[in-house]
Amino acid sequence: MTTADDTRLAMQGTIEALTTGDGSEPVVVNLGPQHPSTHGVFRLKVTLDGEIVQDAEMRIGYLHRSMEKLAEERTYTQNIPFTDRIDYLAAMSNNLAYCLAAEELLGIQVPPRANAIRVMFAELQRVASHAMANGTFINDCGAWHTPLFHMFRDRERVLDMFEMTCGARLTTNYMRIGGVAFDLPDELLPTLEQFLADMPENIANYEALLLENEILHARARGIGVISPEMAINSSLSGPVLRATGVPWDLRKANPYCGYEDYEFDVPVGEQGDCFDRFLVRMAEVKESLRILRQVVDNLPDGPWLADVPLHARPEPGESYARVESPRGELGFYLVSDGGPAPYRFHCRPPSLINLSALKEMSIGGTLADAIVTLGSIDIVVGEIDR
Amino acid sequence: MIDLTGLASVLGSTMGAWYDFRDLNNLQRLITEWIADWGPDWLASIIAGVLGTLGILGVIGPTLLILIWVERKVIARFQQRYGPNRVGPKGLLQPVADAVKLILKEQLAPRAADKLIFFLPPVLIFVPGVLIWGVLPFGPRMSVADLNVGVLFLLAVSGTTVLVIFMAGWSSNNKYALFGAMRAVAMSISYEVPMVLALLTLVVFSGTMSINGIVQWQQQEDVIFILLFPLSAIAFFFAASAELNRTPADISEAESEIVAGYHTEYSGMRFGLFYAVELGNTLVVSAFIATFFLGGWWLWGLDQWVPSWIILLVKTGAVYFLLIWTRGTLPRLRVDQLMGFCWKALVPATLLFVVVAFVERTLLVSEGWDTTVALPVMAVINIALTLGAILLFARVSRPAPLRRPARIRMAGAQIGGLRAARQVASRTEEPQLQVGGD
Repeated sequence: MTTADDTRLAMQGTIEALTTGDGSEPVVVNLGPQHPSTHGVFRLKVTLDGEIVQDAEMRIGYLHRSMEKLAEERTYTQNIPFTDRIDYLAAMSNNLAYCLAAEELLGIQVPPRANAIRVMFAELQRVASHAMANGTFINDCGAWHTPLFHMFRDRERVLDMFEMTCGARLTTNYMRIGGVAFDLPDELLPTLEQFLADMPENIANYEALLLENEILHARARGIGVISPEMAINSSLSGPVLRATGVPWDLRKANPYCGYEDYEFDVPVGEQGDCFDRFLVRMAEVKESLRILRQVVDNLPDGPWLADVPLHARPEPGESYARVESPRGELGFYLVSDGGPAPYRFHCRPPSLINLSALKEMSIGGTLADAIVTLGSIDIVVGEIDR
Repeated sequence: MIDLTGLASVLGSTMGAWYDFRDLNNLQRLITEWIADWGPDWLASIIAGVLGTLGILGVIGPTLLILIWVERKVIARFQQRYGPNRVGPKGLLQPVADAVKLILKEQLAPRAADKLIFFLPPVLIFVPGVLIWGVLPFGPRMSVADLNVGVLFLLAVSGTTVLVIFMAGWSSNNKYALFGAMRAVAMSISYEVPMVLALLTLVVFSGTMSINGIVQWQQQEDVIFILLFPLSAIAFFFAASAELNRTPADISEAESEIVAGYHTEYSGMRFGLFYAVELGNTLVVSAFIATFFLGGWWLWGLDQWVPSWIILLVKTGAVYFLLIWTRGTLPRLRVDQLMGFCWKALVPATLLFVVVAFVERTLLVSEGWDTTVALPVMAVINIALTLGAILLFARVSRPAPLRRPARIRMAGAQIGGLRAARQVASRTEEPQLQVGGD
């Protein structure tokens, strides 16, 4: 078909809409792949009737880097840096999930100190990731970056701790099969103590600024609602699921790394709307600080890395390990054929599956609501496309 | 106690001399009188107009460059950052560097844009932006045109901006721009109503439509209008910040939704012009809020000692800071919420105060009440009415989802699926966190 034909067909459609209908036709607007609020190269194609969303179509794949296939050519240890880059805002959690899967495959016991350090960094990562998620969420509600920058202050301090421990801030590559790469440096624990001492005041400040803000309530309450049944049927996880009232947290339901020894609670919302997701994240940060306090107080001594051969060759078999990443259930599925590299490397990314409910949540709302809903799901495009 | 009588006599003797900088009009009058000595009258009045315009443009230009820096610095402080601090001392030259960059950038136009209408808006938007300064009284005799219908002129001129914005949005042939333009038109039409009604209160009460007259009324009665009509001041402030496209009402260029709204397709200095005019309008609106509600160039006699335009500048700065503050703090309202707030809350409330102003004016003029007693009483009554109106409309116009509180509970031992969810929800003890609700 030539361009002229295309134009003529489009004209016919327009004329038909003008003559037969009420004189209006829906507008298709592309949000992304380059758009200030799509959090990466993600494209949301919305059909609008005025400002009301009639249809939403998610187009993904702009950040596809073929990680799962690449991982089949590298040894189990060499694959750890890939996991940093899957969810670049929660690298520690990704490291951890992958290492748990590899350890299950290799049958390795992790020393207790390594487990405590893993919990410490996974929770620090949760604080950092939720700071980013809530900050950008308020930005999507239209704030002029102020809450984001305040929350970034906490995130910076967490990243500083990552840097002093493993030398990297974002793509940490810190966990190893059988433990962690380095022991804690001397200056980490005092820094962490200071961080734990300062955080309650910071959180109180955010709550004072945001919790009773009428505009934020108007923008986020009753927006992007999803029912608990629908959330479970869509296989949602993480804060998006817990905001609907379903108390599902893998740290409680299927403990790993000794989470059963720590005392913490699982916050759940009621309405399943954007504001509940925001509140659940705020509450989870507090619970993470509780866990961190206990980790620091009960840090065991001993080795931080088990004796693992550099080029481990697991027996043929398969393993699946899952952790509660800041975004939800993060799983790694590994299949070994007895060789030095995994035969199959699969990641269950929480962002991708949580995103699948976006269409359900945004149809019927306005364009602005769709943006707020997208922000409240807290996607990381690196994890969606891998 | 310092004896000020000597100083007062010195200042009194300079009154009206060209070097009396309390009133820059003297300087202009000196020049025009000199021209009138040898030239025709029309030449003198043309030169007077040109001098006034040049004076205003010469002041606005540099002020805008400083204002960009001030706004960025203040916002940065709100956000725990330093703000611009690289170019020049304390980053003061950053706006100049930005302007140079914008001028040097390529001017792109979309291929399918309506070229002429696409080209015009950045130029046209300057016209109301500059005209509006003409009626601003910087002092008792310091305004380029002291019109007796100054309020009408102000509203008429500020209303034309929206046409230019719509031209920009329509001609860009871009969906984001069109959405921004449509939103701007809808919002502008809506918010002009409470804006007019808020000013109508003052016009009715002071009995003049001259802007300088309103200031002089405040001077005469020794009271500023924000004390007499606080709700009009609040409504005017909010409506003006909506017309200016600033958060919480920046829907026509909402970054997170429609990229940059009506000026999405403008690049280089064309964008720069939009930006500059927007900033200039923010400044002039702050000045008008200061003039109408804070007494303008008058400050309980201090204007005899300090140049009146400096007093106005300080008050303008205070209002401007308030605008920056709201921008740095609040999220943005949705389009329908913004319209709803205007028509359901602002319009009835300002209308109520027009009626109140009518009644009080009648009592003052026809019944001849003593203003020294009546005005404070009226101020107290109006402040009480304002608080009542705010509480009433906050209750009435609250959307349904906001009436229930948002609660966060702790799951405790219940971990699992739907059944656990029901168990957690049915628990009667206090939730961990409860916010909002009626």
